[in-house]
Amino acid sequence: MIQKKIREKAKELLEKKMVDLIIGFGEWTLPLRTTPIFVRNPKEVDHLIWNSFCENNLSTYLHKFSHFKVGIVVKGCDARSITALSLEKRFKPDQLYLIGVPCQRMVDRRRVKKAVKGEILRASEQGDQIIVEGEDFKTALKREDFLYSSCQVCTHRTPTLANVLVGDPVEEIPMTETHPDIKEFEKKSPEERWKYFEKESSRCILCFACREACPMCYCEECFVDSSNPKWIEKSLSPSDNEFYHIVRAYHQTGRCSGCGACERACPMEIRLTYLTQKLNQNVKELFNFETGIDAETLPPLSTYETEDRQEFIK
Amino acid sequence: MDNSWEPKILAFLCNWCSYAGADLAGTSRIQYPPNIRVIRVPCSGRINPLFILKALQGGVDGVLVSGCHPGDCHYLTGNYVGRRKSATLKRFLEYLGLEEGRVQFSWVSAAEGGKFSQVVGEVVQDIKKLGPIKRFVKK
Repeated sequence: MIQKKIREKAKELLEKKMVDLIIGFGEWTLPLRTTPIFVRNPKEVDHLIWNSFCENNLSTYLHKFSHFKVGIVVKGCDARSITALSLEKRFKPDQLYLIGVPCQRMVDRRRVKKAVKGEILRASEQGDQIIVEGEDFKTALKREDFLYSSCQVCTHRTPTLANVLVGDPVEEIPMTETHPDIKEFEKKSPEERWKYFEKESSRCILCFACREACPMCYCEECFVDSSNPKWIEKSLSPSDNEFYHIVRAYHQTGRCSGCGACERACPMEIRLTYLTQKLNQNVKELFNFETGIDAETLPPLSTYETEDRQEFIK
Repeated sequence: MDNSWEPKILAFLCNWCSYAGADLAGTSRIQYPPNIRVIRVPCSGRINPLFILKALQGGVDGVLVSGCHPGDCHYLTGNYVGRRKSATLKRFLEYLGLEEGRVQFSWVSAAEGGKFSQVVGEVVQDIKKLGPIKRFVKK
């Protein structure tokens, strides 16, 4: 249903030449996955799909199309990233056309893979069930049990500030005081917390997939690539891995929409969202700011208030 | 830990206030612990969080960032911007498990030689309690 509406809208936009291309999701060869596709011809809009595996944050691709008018299929988190990027003046006004999809929340393919024995060859969706098939098995799994952790706590599933909404807005869950991952982490002593962080980041192979997947990581030269000053050595040093993870996360202060693209992109399955979610919680507490909700309020580190808290300063 | 251990503390001092404050402490013959190594910066807003992290990684036991009091910035708003960066960075590092007190911040004006000496004394005391840096430092 939503898929049909996306195609209709995409066709209309392309035929009327309101946009040069549409960025959306398309079928891919692997089960439980979709791929970003770029549709320029109105006859090809039938390649666009919508299901519970449309996990990528497509706003990442907008940086490559700065000279085009782009129509883009967005979920709640993607739309928030785009609003945050607009505040950083990454787009010209009216350059984008957002086709907003109220998100049903995405399915964590890794958890599905762990739930079945053997290789999954085909996967499909029927109602609230995911049917996975392998060589000698066929199982139906309840969709709700396999959602991404970032999706489970999402409070803005309906895209804010979209040009058009396909489908009806979904009921949002109220924002809880603390993210469950943060709560669990904060129960530990500082020593245990550091040990956990050290253990997680020690698995990092410095492939920078988390950076590439993130729509907010668009610096011309990333601090890790800078050779003068050289911030981190690309050798096997636990301290350098920690340095990278601290700074990558910290750069998202007041900019992260919590889409979880970094964690999904990680080939080593390092947990990353407990870092960025905490930063989101901090800016909410300190500056009462939420990323990508309001197209006018400047991000917290781009501005200041004379009355900001300063009890930590001697 | 033997008692002869003395912490090394890196201090980023604003050229227009804290650096002059340190100078005043010196010319007024006010004593303060010799554990700090000073880097003069144009403004506390100049502090990139990378500087602080690189210092800790390099093995200093603590970092002090000192700038002008709110409203006194030579560049009008630098210390306000710096204050937001400091607040978020400090919270984040403590969340990750770095000891509270490794990274400290202060406001010291050019006329506050006494306060400068007092701040340095407090920071050195705090970091002596924490002991040499073990987490994050590059071995």
